[in-house]
Amino acid sequence: MSDAVDLKRRRLLQLVALAPFAWQARRWVVRPPDAFAQTLPDDPTIVPTLEAFADTLIPGEKRSSDDRAIAGAAAGPGAVQAGALDLMNFPPVGVAPALPGFAAGLNAHAVQYAATNGIALDPTVPPFVALAFGDRTALLVEILDGSGPDELAYFALAALAFLAYHTAGHLPLVDAVRSGHPGLAAIGFPQPQADGLWHYSDFSYRRALATRHPETSKRGNPP
Amino acid sequence: MSETADVVVIGTGFGGSIPGYYLAAGGARVVMLERGPRLAAEDFAQTFEIGVYTRIVDYIRGTGVDVTAGNCVGGSSVIYFAASLRAPTFVFERMGTLGRRLWPAAISRQTLDPWYRRVEKILPVAQQRWKDVAYAGGVWAAACNRAGHTCNPVPVAVDLKRCTNCNFMVHGCRFDAKRSMLLNYIPAAEACGAEIRPLHEVQAIRPADTPGYRYAVDYLQLDPTDYRVAVGGGTIDARLVIVAAGAMGTPVILQRSATYLGAMPSAVGRYFSPNGDHVTTAVLDEAKVRDLLGLERAPGVGYDAHHIGRPIGTMTYDPLVASAPEFSRFSLQQIYFPPIVNILLDDRVDGPPSWFGVDKRTVTSRWRSWLSVLAMTEDANEGVFGTPPPTGNFVRLSPAASLGQLTFDRAPQTQSGFDAADALTRSIVERDGLARHHLWAAPPNGSAPPNVQSAHPLASCRIGDDPDTSACDDRHELRGHPGIFVTDASAVPTSLCVNPSLTIAALAERASAFLLLRAAEYGVNVATSVRLPGRTASSRASRCEHPA
Repeated sequence: MSDAVDLKRRRLLQLVALAPFAWQARRWVVRPPDAFAQTLPDDPTIVPTLEAFADTLIPGEKRSSDDRAIAGAAAGPGAVQAGALDLMNFPPVGVAPALPGFAAGLNAHAVQYAATNGIALDPTVPPFVALAFGDRTALLVEILDGSGPDELAYFALAALAFLAYHTAGHLPLVDAVRSGHPGLAAIGFPQPQADGLWHYSDFSYRRALATRHPETSKRGNPP
Repeated sequence: MSETADVVVIGTGFGGSIPGYYLAAGGARVVMLERGPRLAAEDFAQTFEIGVYTRIVDYIRGTGVDVTAGNCVGGSSVIYFAASLRAPTFVFERMGTLGRRLWPAAISRQTLDPWYRRVEKILPVAQQRWKDVAYAGGVWAAACNRAGHTCNPVPVAVDLKRCTNCNFMVHGCRFDAKRSMLLNYIPAAEACGAEIRPLHEVQAIRPADTPGYRYAVDYLQLDPTDYRVAVGGGTIDARLVIVAAGAMGTPVILQRSATYLGAMPSAVGRYFSPNGDHVTTAVLDEAKVRDLLGLERAPGVGYDAHHIGRPIGTMTYDPLVASAPEFSRFSLQQIYFPPIVNILLDDRVDGPPSWFGVDKRTVTSRWRSWLSVLAMTEDANEGVFGTPPPTGNFVRLSPAASLGQLTFDRAPQTQSGFDAADALTRSIVERDGLARHHLWAAPPNGSAPPNVQSAHPLASCRIGDDPDTSACDDRHELRGHPGIFVTDASAVPTSLCVNPSLTIAALAERASAFLLLRAAEYGVNVATSVRLPGRTASSRASRCEHPA
């Protein structure tokens, strides 16, 4: 057998050996949708529906007297003002392409909820937005109770509202805190030091506050 | 021809870095494949911006359990909270629900103590004095004391002089105060020629193509900006393979490899333990912190300091009673989590919703008065991995969230441990109205309890003496597949009642001694005795059989 034929045969055997790993090659050429260039669709239904969803989770005050998305169930800014939709649409989060589906799902649930409970919906706003705050809450308790097929996805969306409010997940933290991000301010997240970092020289009561376990080992471990 | 190496190490956390060092120092050609990126102190940012910390922290949603794990060179040692404790003596005698000892007969606290000592020396581990304990740990100690319990400062793998008490440990330490693998075993391994390749996600192990080599390790190279995207791939033939991809990764790689290597031991992907982790949160009454505990951190301010310090300060060992029945023993540890987790807490108001709405907002407005307590209990190893995903260790839904194939159908024994821990925690923090005790209510699970939240995944390919209930023998070699070793958290047989990092590392130290011997038997030209890693560049090089 010549070297060339031997080489071909060996190459063929190698290819056969690699056949079970065809899925690897497929991974290289089939890329998931590019999640880094998304913008929220210009749809008058989607934005207020998602705002109403976020506002039901972390309620806040209305932005104006004619604000329908925010129910105004609590004083001070809520998840919407804290940037819930900014985070939902934040490219690294990667869920922007799913937002129209989420909004449509919420509105479908709202229509069903209204029919079940004999509620007449205002046709000038999306169905979820047309629900009163108590009904929005009752509906989200149903949707987010963990037993439905959509629960995982809706819980992930809910988590974004929480992360927007409690962590400003779409912003550099130092910028968010210094500019008075409403959620971070509401939970009392501290300002950084002058150098833009968080660090503390006073951090301890500096005194013994309990008796150690009598059988603690020399290196501080349990027996 | 495939690329070759004497040893391929899959993963660079505690379980990968330690054997990686010993084998490289012994003279083996070592390649270490890490699915995450390589970052250093200057890259670790104090921010909650998605896309920054999520580069190195994976949050994996399972059924009945959610797991947080590291995803970078250094693995979970980069994101851990550095509590470094030896497991109590009784843990090694546990029988679980099987009615016989779960740990190998060769391993007890006494026999593991010398290996613990080595890790404590190399990390190194520091003893916190009371003046080192941050406010939250102080409040927990004082509350325990007032309730008649002891409470200890926790040993930590932290350079206390460097630590700035910033409480951003989960982001990686930008001050290099936390003693991760990046500061000891990894540079020591590299000094002896080990090659570390970040963003290399191992998919499967199969028989090698190259004569003289046992196994081929197939990997994909990942896009650093989106780990869902592969940008290349390859294969390395190795004489030995060390699987240390973490308890969420190792079983998945081995399950997938069964297609090529033949059946895996039945314990691969079974007996997962979340270390019995169970977190609850007290919302303190600031006035009572002053009046009942006599604490004041500034004039008129009792606490108001949830955000200050290191995440773990103090814990009580009182419920770690060796003679008590199994599943009733646990420790209670003060712990801090960043506001990323605020969604999880319940509002303690009757009726739904329990974790969102107006009442929840009121609870979170008192965030600076929160005091979280981690119970580490004895669970029943009830976690089971399902069918592996097409690639990787779990399905990355987005760069920030993943879906695992892990199911944790909570056993009554595990629940009883959680209930006992809750009862004791509540009795301590609610004594005379010091605080209100809140459970973690999310994510909801229909009529089942909310998912267990664990940052300590263990036991999914555990060591043991019984082939039916352990994937590896007592020297960490995978049953039926000579030359494949599991040296990470998945090898730990049971929950530990303390934070597991030191035990994982001690087991990896112990396993390394056997690995050197086994490597020599399998034809690797390697010294069978290697000294501990040095602390300086020159001392590290002096350990190497063949300096890089």
